[in-house]
Amino acid sequence: MNTAALKELLYKMADDQLILGHRNSEWTGFGPLLEEDIAFSSMAQDKVGQSYALYQLLHALGEQAPDTVAFTRNAPQFHNCQFVELPNEEYDFSLIRHFLFDTAEAVRFDMLTQSRYEPLAQLAKKIRGELRYHTLHANTWIRQLGSATEESISRLQAALDKAFPFALGIFEPSPFEDQLIEEQLFAGEQALRLRWLERVQTILAETSLHLPDVTLTTPEFGGRNGHHTEHLQPLLDEMSAVFRIDPTAEW
Amino acid sequence: MVVSPTIEQIREWLDEVKDPEIPVLSLIDLGVITQINLSDHEVRVEMTPTFVGCPAMDYMQREVIECLQRRGIDQPVVEINFREAWSSDKISEKGKAALKKYGLAPPPDNSLFTDLEILERAQCPRCGGDNTELKSPFGPTLCRAIYYCHSCREAFEQFKPV
Repeated sequence: MNTAALKELLYKMADDQLILGHRNSEWTGFGPLLEEDIAFSSMAQDKVGQSYALYQLLHALGEQAPDTVAFTRNAPQFHNCQFVELPNEEYDFSLIRHFLFDTAEAVRFDMLTQSRYEPLAQLAKKIRGELRYHTLHANTWIRQLGSATEESISRLQAALDKAFPFALGIFEPSPFEDQLIEEQLFAGEQALRLRWLERVQTILAETSLHLPDVTLTTPEFGGRNGHHTEHLQPLLDEMSAVFRIDPTAEW
Repeated sequence: MVVSPTIEQIREWLDEVKDPEIPVLSLIDLGVITQINLSDHEVRVEMTPTFVGCPAMDYMQREVIECLQRRGIDQPVVEINFREAWSSDKISEKGKAALKKYGLAPPPDNSLFTDLEILERAQCPRCGGDNTELKSPFGPTLCRAIYYCHSCREAFEQFKPV
């Protein structure tokens, strides 16, 4: 088994979950409705928990313990896509990101249930079930607000236009793409992107929203190689503030 | 190991350990104990979380270890893994009845859960009626959703099918 390829895959997935989990948690206490406050907080808990399970798989492959990996790296050592580190902005942008990212995530874990690396396939089967609630939540709101009032439609459309190049950055090809596919560890970013587009378009077709032309959009790549926006490091500083006060503290 | 129990005995002992968030439900009835193995030198228990991000998992693991130690098992091995993933179908009939009595609608059978339409309605644990509406697929803990019963004019929670 190509361990380097597997680790690269696990790191980018775990980092995506951790960073978006943290962003989701920033809605705690600020949601536009109590139910949304609870929803984003619950999804934060799911995502951070899922990142922990993925870091555990990495730990079993010889990487450092989950807390060390999560709280002691700096931005250039993170492999999340830039999409997840962008600030929450208003609810419209957070909702669009939740829809675009979580749809990709649901497809990714669905594909990974077929992985030849058994611990990952087992975890993927579990996570796939949980993500049904995330995509249900996203799809419900996109359907409602995407065909409600002029304001809700124009706000979501503007958020979609802004988010789309970053969403395409999720699928930045890995240097190990061929090995992952060949060894049946993961069917690859290209296959994922195709299935993602289809699902996203199916939902958007029920609304007044339009997906920007994918052939005319330049994806925001770089995150997978440690190139991040100015927004990631402040997030990491805040996330690890308590840990850094006393890294050996017992909780 | 001081005593040599049977697997059935261990299951009985673990039936005393309750879910910290739903204290009427034992870990056995919840279905999170996936394996119990005995060998000459070891009692080995495998557990799996209801949700990957369940914050109560470490607590439950500790409770299982302490329960076994109280019964004279010196060094039980309690491992958490995903080898046999949890689904809401693993909740026993006794567990489902306990949930309902506690005021939490038990999860519907997963085989019915082919699409998410089934989530729209749940049977109210108070009146037993289905004039209900899903308010949010997320609730006070990861494993619960919030519903409203139009007959009782009150909210209730359902243990989510997963």
